[in-house]
Amino acid sequence: MGNMLNVSSNPHIRSSESTTKIMLYVIIALLPTTCFGVYNFGLHALLVVLTTVATTVLTELIYELLMKKKVTIGDLSAAVTGLLLALNLPPQTPLWVAVMGGVFAILVVKMLFGGLGQNFMNPALGARCFLLISFTSIMTNFECDAYTGATPLAALKAGESVNVMDMIIGRTAGTIGETSMLAIVLGACILILLGVIDLRVPGSYIVSFVIFIVLFSGKGLDPQYISAQLAGGGLMLGAFFMATDYVTRPITKKGQYVYGIFLGIMTGIFRLFGPSAEGVSYAIIIGNLLVPLIEKFTTPKPFGKGGERA
Amino acid sequence: MSEETKMKTSSASADAFVNGLIKENPTFVLMLGMCPTLAVTTSAMNGLGMGLTTTVVLVLSNMLISLLRNIIPAKVRIPAFIVIIATFVTVVELLLQGFMSSLYDSLGIYIPLIVVNCIILGRAEAFASKNPVIPSAFDGLGMGLGFSVALTCIGAVREILGAGELFGIRVMPESYVPISIFVLAPGAFFVLASLTALQNKIKRTLAEKGKKEEADKIQSGCSSDCMNCSDAGCAHRFYDSKAEGTIAEAATKAEQAPKAEAPVQTEQAVEEKKEEN
Repeated sequence: MGNMLNVSSNPHIRSSESTTKIMLYVIIALLPTTCFGVYNFGLHALLVVLTTVATTVLTELIYELLMKKKVTIGDLSAAVTGLLLALNLPPQTPLWVAVMGGVFAILVVKMLFGGLGQNFMNPALGARCFLLISFTSIMTNFECDAYTGATPLAALKAGESVNVMDMIIGRTAGTIGETSMLAIVLGACILILLGVIDLRVPGSYIVSFVIFIVLFSGKGLDPQYISAQLAGGGLMLGAFFMATDYVTRPITKKGQYVYGIFLGIMTGIFRLFGPSAEGVSYAIIIGNLLVPLIEKFTTPKPFGKGGERA
Repeated sequence: MSEETKMKTSSASADAFVNGLIKENPTFVLMLGMCPTLAVTTSAMNGLGMGLTTTVVLVLSNMLISLLRNIIPAKVRIPAFIVIIATFVTVVELLLQGFMSSLYDSLGIYIPLIVVNCIILGRAEAFASKNPVIPSAFDGLGMGLGFSVALTCIGAVREILGAGELFGIRVMPESYVPISIFVLAPGAFFVLASLTALQNKIKRTLAEKGKKEEADKIQSGCSSDCMNCSDAGCAHRFYDSKAEGTIAEAATKAEQAPKAEAPVQTEQAVEEKKEEN
């Protein structure tokens, strides 16, 4: 009876979508690449994933209990942040580094700015960059039992040849969740079919990145090189799972294209002209900072307002 | 100087000194001089050096500006202040170069930049140009030492976290892996924000404690027998703090009521007068 007598203002027909549901879909979509990472890199990778997720959830819980706020760990967003952060860490990351990253992601990037929906920067990426700057040698050491030597992107930058087929399947050195293009695209398809994300941001991101590479790499239309650049590093993970974060991408449709193109150009600049081989996380973070500006200039005008006068 | 004016000057000087050191700490409260605060505090030694250098310039420029405050025309006071400050900065810079070359090297461009430090210009404008010499000197000393303490604190935290050392001496265990972001630019913002939050928290706790003591003072010594009490002002203080509004509301209502009736009566009176005419 209580539900039938619900008197409220419109809208009266509500979707069953909720934050929890969307976050659950994202976790499901991330499972293929997580499982592949654990299979690929061994047990320590699983420990890193579990530690990071536990840390992010616990940090949010403790903060909210201490500050006497509503406990929001049930919406699973902290778990998604933890999972994404873990997928961005090298497989042999010491667990204390994973804990520190998890605490930084939730406490500094998310909760201090007001919690879910208020953070101006993707918490997982913010924490990854924090760790990357703080512990550069640990965060760029991708050697583990299964793989020794450089990541494919570093090899590519040094001018060595790489096996593109291995990169697409994911049998290369790299962070836990970024190596397998196949598993990431599988997860992305799940999200697109469920309607959680659309292709506006990832599509414009990847297309503009390819155009930038063709124009400025000096290799021209070399399919081997282009596919290696696409499959290598965190581009796929970043484009489908981090750049599409609801909180830190623009909400206007036009703005999402602008955002995607900006990310593509920034990633291209970092990869081709920067000192390190990878630049997806920095590109997305800088893009996050520009989102308010992009939204300001792409807000659609209501019919009849503004525009030119005859 | 008579005894009374001496007392006044010394108490004003003490006030100015404490004001700069704690109540209006230029870094944590006024948020002035952020550029050197963020840039040179990579170690406690650098922070202390920068703070003391600024203090010397601040005291000397405050004194000279205060001496010349009646001579400098108001229209050109800012350029005049800057010339005075720049003179002292150059003196200090040459002294540092001559006698403390390691500090001179590590502070680099930020020594000449003291000329445009907001704290110095701000104190010249806000205090030294309106006050006598001795309070101005103490104001400069308080502000400068407040700045030094703040910079040393920030530098110490950054050095401990980012390098595991304090004043160049290893303080963290050997197994500690330095979080190198803290000696880089982003670390300065983290530490400044955290320390500012911390001092705000401490201050608020102290202020709340102070208020409570005041409230206790009012109630203590009250016999609850208001009819026979000699302290006539007590009731007001008591009710204002206890039940805000109720008495005040009643009072305003009582005041408004006759006022509302009054105009009607006068109008009637005027009409009656007209009819009579």
